[in-house]
Amino acid sequence: MRRIISVLLENESGALARVVGLFAQRGYNIESLTVAPTNDKTLSRMTITTDVVNTATLEQMMKQLHKLVDVLRVSELTQTEHVERELLLIKVRTVNTEAREEVKRTCDIYRGQIVDITQTLYTIQLTGAGSKLDAFIATINDAGEIVEVVRSGVCGIARGDKALRG
Amino acid sequence: MEMLSGAEMVVRSLQDEGIEHIFGYPGGSVLDIYDAIFQSDKIEHYLVRHEQAAVHMADAYSRATGKVGCVLVTAGPGATNCITGIATAYMDSIPLVVLSGQVPTFWIGDDAFQETDMIGVSRPVVKHSFSCRTAQEIPIAIKKAFYIASTGRPGPVVIDLPKDVQNPLNKFPYEYPKSVSLRSYNPTLSGHKGQIKRAVTALTKAKKPVLYVGGGAIIANASKQVLELAEKLNLPVTNTLMGLGSFPGEHKQFIGMLGMHGTYEANLSMHNADLIFACGARFDDRVTNNVEKFCPNAKIMHIDIDPTSISKNIHADLPIVGSVEVVLQQMLDLIEETKATNDSKSIGAWWDQINEWRAKDCLAYKTSATHIKPQQVIQCLYKVTKGDAIVTSDVGQHQMVAAQYYPFKEPRQWINSGGAGTMGFGLPAAMGCKIAFPDRPVVCVTGDGSIQMNIQELSTCMQYNIPVVILLLNNRSLGMVKQWQKMFYGGRQSHSYMDSVPDFVKLSEAYNHIGIKVDTIDELEPALVRAFELKDRVVFIDVAIDPEEHVYPMQIKFGSMQDMYLSKTEQTDA
Repeated sequence: MRRIISVLLENESGALARVVGLFAQRGYNIESLTVAPTNDKTLSRMTITTDVVNTATLEQMMKQLHKLVDVLRVSELTQTEHVERELLLIKVRTVNTEAREEVKRTCDIYRGQIVDITQTLYTIQLTGAGSKLDAFIATINDAGEIVEVVRSGVCGIARGDKALRG
Repeated sequence: MEMLSGAEMVVRSLQDEGIEHIFGYPGGSVLDIYDAIFQSDKIEHYLVRHEQAAVHMADAYSRATGKVGCVLVTAGPGATNCITGIATAYMDSIPLVVLSGQVPTFWIGDDAFQETDMIGVSRPVVKHSFSCRTAQEIPIAIKKAFYIASTGRPGPVVIDLPKDVQNPLNKFPYEYPKSVSLRSYNPTLSGHKGQIKRAVTALTKAKKPVLYVGGGAIIANASKQVLELAEKLNLPVTNTLMGLGSFPGEHKQFIGMLGMHGTYEANLSMHNADLIFACGARFDDRVTNNVEKFCPNAKIMHIDIDPTSISKNIHADLPIVGSVEVVLQQMLDLIEETKATNDSKSIGAWWDQINEWRAKDCLAYKTSATHIKPQQVIQCLYKVTKGDAIVTSDVGQHQMVAAQYYPFKEPRQWINSGGAGTMGFGLPAAMGCKIAFPDRPVVCVTGDGSIQMNIQELSTCMQYNIPVVILLLNNRSLGMVKQWQKMFYGGRQSHSYMDSVPDFVKLSEAYNHIGIKVDTIDELEPALVRAFELKDRVVFIDVAIDPEEHVYPMQIKFGSMQDMYLSKTEQTDA
């Protein structure tokens, strides 16, 4: 089962390596990981998506994360109402006007933005849940030739009053 | 404010932390620190012959005293040689601070001479680590390191010290922090009140309870509480390998060690219990045997200061996060307050059952006219030392025999590498204990495989006159490996035989120690008596034991706790 774990940790050298090392060492899987400083520059916020076989593994994973000296807070987003977003940057080659129009149309339907353009290439920016990005990539593949794909990995936040604070 | 260099700050911070002994080995990137040590009269440094031994010495020093052990080594190989020692301490939750030199900051990443990413190499086996990039960071890093190492679930902490940061020419204001707090690190000590209440109810209601006490009770100094609780409710107590000594080994309520080489009565009591109360023990695979078949009728209560230990291997029905000492005291207070008691009749019936299992006398063994049995050696050691020695051990058959046949009276008396199973631990461990307690008898029980893994430390013993007794159970083979090969590999003894065991008597004499060879049972006791009378010399007793002896009981793989081989010809009913 897919799970999203939010981690608030000290923004110090080595902290990221400890988290990644923990996952490697204990045989946990990381599907994606994003990390950046928060409004408080001494803290980093990390979002990890993982696939766990059962809740016992998830519980152990969260306890192990919390055990790291650098880690302040750990929470699991998927069990409550939450918002998750991922950023996609994709470069598509088009061969003729018809293809260019199709790419533009697809982009509009998905509410993507074209952020760079050359005679034959479109670079498109799209945000959304991972499944939306998957669908967009599949669709755009019919309109043009995909040259390059970059995805940020998932960022997540709980809805409502819940907050992960220092 | 006093002005000090980085190197001087290291030494002063250790002094201000109250460190009296440090174990280490100099080299290029820590020369400035060594120069500062030379000029300090407060810290005694022990120069080892291999860095791994320095870590084991500091580790055992910590196990014996409860203080934090401290190690100083140079960069590169000096640091990486420490890894086995650090992993050993990590597995057994021993507080250590390991200071390792590093190439100057402006060379880091350039593959400079003796450059190793010590922070990276040690990461999976440390509780935490620090890299000091300026001299001003040193006092706070050291303060935090000792705080983290010694609190919560203790463990080793590494501090990496680049050479330029130590530079004796650059002086900075020095002040050692009085206290430290970390917003991301706050170990829980006392148990949740509701859980304490539920635990007391469950414990007093249980008809077949077992107190399963591990190394956490020793680390937490909880022996008094364990004894009080056990006696108040007449509970049977079993210890893990790491927990031996937390409950008096000769107490009538002690049912022996449990697990792979545990007693018949301990393993059967566990299997048939209706309540298992784990105190600072972690349901290790060497305890549980097959987790699917683990104690089918037991409710599990578990105190541990480390939440990750709870429900990791065995689901806890009643988890309590906290220090064993504090939580047990909370429970005792509640029992006192509510006058809670258990049903003496059902506990009596439980004891009748346990005593029936006890009557099997699973540790009985046959003596031989031609060979000395390892069990005899440990029993003789117990007799000669009156059970008062600090016993360290290496890893293998001799370790199990020592654990089974030397009933430890008190905590911190049995010093062994339980989690990591590190051969080569015993001798440096004995040295660390002797440095901590020069007036107590300290003996290293070892095997001919293990002793040769750190035998170079006989030289360190000579330099500092550290008069430990080495008791070698010599079976000319890697006994535990051989036992498994005989039992499970069709007797094919692949590389478990030592074809050229040295003359240990001559070897000891080469280091100016006393070597005694024991070939017959009659020679054993006089040799041991002499060894402990010679209080200012290292005595190495090489005892030729029966090479065919196996360690029993032994749990049957994939079975439950109660499935055991009891001898070469006997096993419990399937």
